[in-house]
Amino acid sequence: MTAVAQPREITAPRTTSRFSRGLGRVGVHAGVVILMAIWLIPTIGLLVNSFRPAQDVASSGWWNGLFPPYNLSLDNYAAVLSEQGIGDAFVNSLFITIPSVIIPILVAAFAAYAFSWMSFPGRNLLFVAVVGLLVVPLQTTFIPILRLYSGISIHFGPLNFDTLNGEFLAVWLAHTGYGLPFAIYLLRNYMGGLPREVFESAAIDGASPVVAFLRLALPMSVPAIAALVIFQFLFVWNDLLVALVYIGSTNAANSPLTISIANLVTSLGGNWQLLGAAAFLSMALPLAVFAALQRYFVRGITGGAVKG
Amino acid sequence: MDPRIGTALTVLIGVPAVLIGYIYLTEIALRALPERYKPRARPWLWLLPALAFLFVFLIYPTIGTFIRSFRNADDTDFIGLNNFQKFVSSDATLIALRNNILWVIFLTVFCVGIGLLIAVLVDRVRYESWAKGVIFLPPAISAVAASVIWKFMFDYQPPGEPQTGTMNAFIGVFGISPVPWLQIDTFALNTFALIGVMAWMWTGFAMVIISASLKSISAELLEAARVDGANEWQVFRRIVFPLLLPTIAVVSTTMIITALKAFDIVYTMTGGNFNTDVIANLMYKQISFGDFGFASAIAVVLLIAIVPIMGVNIRRFQAQEAIR
Repeated sequence: MTAVAQPREITAPRTTSRFSRGLGRVGVHAGVVILMAIWLIPTIGLLVNSFRPAQDVASSGWWNGLFPPYNLSLDNYAAVLSEQGIGDAFVNSLFITIPSVIIPILVAAFAAYAFSWMSFPGRNLLFVAVVGLLVVPLQTTFIPILRLYSGISIHFGPLNFDTLNGEFLAVWLAHTGYGLPFAIYLLRNYMGGLPREVFESAAIDGASPVVAFLRLALPMSVPAIAALVIFQFLFVWNDLLVALVYIGSTNAANSPLTISIANLVTSLGGNWQLLGAAAFLSMALPLAVFAALQRYFVRGITGGAVKG
Repeated sequence: MDPRIGTALTVLIGVPAVLIGYIYLTEIALRALPERYKPRARPWLWLLPALAFLFVFLIYPTIGTFIRSFRNADDTDFIGLNNFQKFVSSDATLIALRNNILWVIFLTVFCVGIGLLIAVLVDRVRYESWAKGVIFLPPAISAVAASVIWKFMFDYQPPGEPQTGTMNAFIGVFGISPVPWLQIDTFALNTFALIGVMAWMWTGFAMVIISASLKSISAELLEAARVDGANEWQVFRRIVFPLLLPTIAVVSTTMIITALKAFDIVYTMTGGNFNTDVIANLMYKQISFGDFGFASAIAVVLLIAIVPIMGVNIRRFQAQEAIR
């Protein structure tokens, strides 16, 4: 009532509040833009330099590459692929990563199904142990496994080695063991949340657990499996430590990208155009996978499942 | 043809075939059992591959490392607590320990603090998904690649030379002489530079989790508070922040573990030189030196630091299960 009778009295405070809100909005935009710049500039700087010739990189800042004469080319990429062994390392990274993603997820799926839909004594206790293993530092496992591997000598068909250290198989097995706790944890939380009736009616219809697992549980768990695929892919592709320990010194020919690039940082020093090209080649695949499957990744980490 | 392609195909098709074949085989094997034993035996057959891997690659080696930490470099004799004595009496390990404490405190504070700030800020702009996408990209790249990106940011040339490193060029605009960021250990400046790189990598991770939790807060609740006269800061302080606390706790434990295990960035950017070493890198160096006893002792120290977090995780898991 009073507001209608005295319009002037309420317009004044409303203008101030709109003004201060406007100021607040400018602050928010400025804050977000500055933060985005902090996140982008380091990457853009190296990306620009990866296209510039060596003498330009050494004599002037990367921002000069954004103005004419641009003088940009793909020469550095060609150089690192052939001369610095990044091409081979890329193939090695693929060799290491793909089995290291498939094996743990399948093994974990069996275990997760048993934890979700079969009852057995000690089920909860065993699962709590898996949760505990989630955060075990890999460092505490290296030495005994190195010793174990060094005693394994196989000469049979394509398998031909005196020690497992240095072989791809060594990293596949290790990554399977290291990736399992999280894979079991995530898959069990997801499978355990599937509707009970589905499995009950399948059992009534005479479906064996194997059929229920392959035809129902696995297809229904695709979102969780997709999340896991990205996690494990990024973890293995980006891993330096496990590769250094089990491949590193023993067999340089099997080095993945992370080891090769870390070595180039030492040997190439200030040749940022080459280091940049190598780094961006190593980033291309994970960024593509990540961009394609990001929503599954986000669902995986926000579903209360956080890897240590 | 590269002989490795044959291996690759064998593995790609063979491994899943073997594993799925295993599950079918268990069902065939179970037929031999009397009906009432089947449900009892089946879960263990399904768990067997996972339990075998967990035992061989996590449980057995952890026990082995614990035992080796009391043994000498060649693993021939028990030497009591000598390795741990060496740990607390050598300057190198004490500096690494100090650095890890800095890592734990500041990485967690940076990632959670800035992650929270960004989550709250981008919630108010229309280009939210773009901003989040940019800040969430670094978790996809390797710490090695991030190290190359940032080593270039910190690049240093002697005064007088053209400064091509972004940081030194930037401060040069204001007439400040170039700083060798990664070599100055006064106030652990170089360690903070490394922590900053890791924070650049993982803030997006913290932000995405906090942001998801932020979205789940009901808009009516916040509107009700505003109608009752609360200003934006009070809404954040009294309603949003308390509701985010459980999420912040989860993210913080993850960041603490990440900080304790920090390795790649230190290995690639400084190699642990200039007093930037951390426990994980120290342990790796001892493995390459071949002192397995001392390396084991360092790993045990790391494990002891992580055990409380294991306890927290298990308790949180049991609380979640109780309300499931």
